[in-house]
Amino acid sequence: MRPLRNVIYIQTQNAWVHKDNDNLVMKVGDEIKARVPIHKLQGLVCFGQVSISPYLMAHCAENAVTITYLNQFGKFLARVEGPVSGNVLLRRTQHLTGANRDKSVAIARTMLSGKLYNQRSVLRRYLRDYGDKENEQTMSAELATAEKRLSRCLQQLTDCDAIDTLMGREGEAAQVYFGVFQHLIRQPDFQFDARRRRPPTDPVNALLSFCYTLLTHDCRSALETTGLDPASGFLHQLRSGRPSLALDLAEEFRPMIDRFVLSLINKRQLSLKDFEEWPNGSFTLKEEPRRTLLAAWQDRKQDTLTHPWFEESVSVGLLPWLQAQILARFLRGDCDSYVPFLWK
Amino acid sequence: MDLEPIYLSRLQHYLYCPRQFALIELEDVWIENQFTAEGKVLHQRVDQPDKQKRGDIRTVRSLRLSHSTLGIEGVADVVEYHRQPDGTEQPYPIEYKRGKPKSHRADEVQLCAQALCLEDMEGLAVPEGALFYGEVRRRHGVDFDEALRELTLQTIQACRDIVQTKATPKAAYQAGKCRNCSLIEQCHPQDFTRPASAWLAQQLAQD
Ligand code: SF4
Repeated sequence: MRPLRNVIYIQTQNAWVHKDNDNLVMKVGDEIKARVPIHKLQGLVCFGQVSISPYLMAHCAENAVTITYLNQFGKFLARVEGPVSGNVLLRRTQHLTGANRDKSVAIARTMLSGKLYNQRSVLRRYLRDYGDKENEQTMSAELATAEKRLSRCLQQLTDCDAIDTLMGREGEAAQVYFGVFQHLIRQPDFQFDARRRRPPTDPVNALLSFCYTLLTHDCRSALETTGLDPASGFLHQLRSGRPSLALDLAEEFRPMIDRFVLSLINKRQLSLKDFEEWPNGSFTLKEEPRRTLLAAWQDRKQDTLTHPWFEESVSVGLLPWLQAQILARFLRGDCDSYVPFLWK
Repeated sequence: MDLEPIYLSRLQHYLYCPRQFALIELEDVWIENQFTAEGKVLHQRVDQPDKQKRGDIRTVRSLRLSHSTLGIEGVADVVEYHRQPDGTEQPYPIEYKRGKPKSHRADEVQLCAQALCLEDMEGLAVPEGALFYGEVRRRHGVDFDEALRELTLQTIQACRDIVQTKATPKAAYQAGKCRNCSLIEQCHPQDFTRPASAWLAQQLAQD
């Protein structure tokens, strides 16, 4: 398998990042804070006040290293990228497939199957680990019911022949899944009652939103590396400026992100005082704990697991890229279906 | 309408594996691995166009070649012009290759295609040339006989068909070949020959 190259997250305010021979060098004032060989990079993500030299930018563009700018809370601002990689034939096929209703539904269905399957895996893991604890019988009964209902939603996806009905089933599954999500949180400080996105009104939702943003970035650059157009999706509606296909591809990985968030909370890597509450009732993660999160995220990407379709051990960080490959090969007619990543 | 040019260097990809040719030509797939990187270093030395004359041999490096009707083009590493007793010059193409002589004829075909271009450009017969192998550091003479010319023309036609139909041939896995292929990561020769929808249905049905 392909070597996993790193995404570097720069969130030191007023950092100056430039190129020194084949290295990326980060300075604050006159002090060098980091030095990394550029060939090990896959992406640069900058939070807030970070400046990048034009030479580094050009070098990144030439070597397919994507630079993403976010504001200091993680909201997307801009992206710098070299000439579009991949080729026009694949994109054309992608667009034609997207315009075909039946074909789009078929792809969207496989992607959502992956998502529901993986949501169920999250519940099953907790049932396996905690299900037989004496004092938690009500909780495990609820988890077991939710697990069964998810299985049914998963089966019912097979009969859906329109995007609307697919979305309907997915919505049902989300309600079931997030309905028992609180049971998966083993730290009483953290409360969760429903998924709220705009804005996230509690720390758990803030974490989910932040990590989904990171995931979408990774999916987006995986698609771009593969030559697919991240803006043209099958499940998510096309809307200017929206990376529909990156959002489509992210669906099957969201449950893995959920579990990542749960482990940060349950292992007490983060606590309530790591969050800031704003006057509008929304929550964000403070700067220092965000560093902790990003480091944990990098570690998580190095973990390996077996990809059931490739039957090969792969690192978590490569999964979006592998799935983009499967999608591209399917669009080109090498195989008769897209196969999502099934988290066993 | 002019034919889309097919590059001389790509003919060897077709002969190695038609899918490899299509991945590079139609899909822009290109992974620089150790093999191609070494090849590039070796080529950088000969890629600076220059001319030299020593005795009866005039040497031209990095000569651009094309053929008016076959729609092929590329650059010859080295063409020697051997002065004949009658004063004419006989072109003699030489191509540099890393490694050692191979069992398949990809290198010969690429060289023969250069000869076809030289014949077309110079209006002279080019009966032979040579391959220089980096690993054994030896010249290996090549006769452009009928059989090799026929194979070269067939290869050009087969490449042309792929470019025109824009269809990437499916993978046919051959362990020895695929393991040495720089594109194996993108090609996945073993995975996409399995039925995907049946596999997925079965996984989802399992509890
Ligand atoms: S991996 Fe095998 S089938 Fe694929 S391009 Fe290379 S040689 Fe051809």
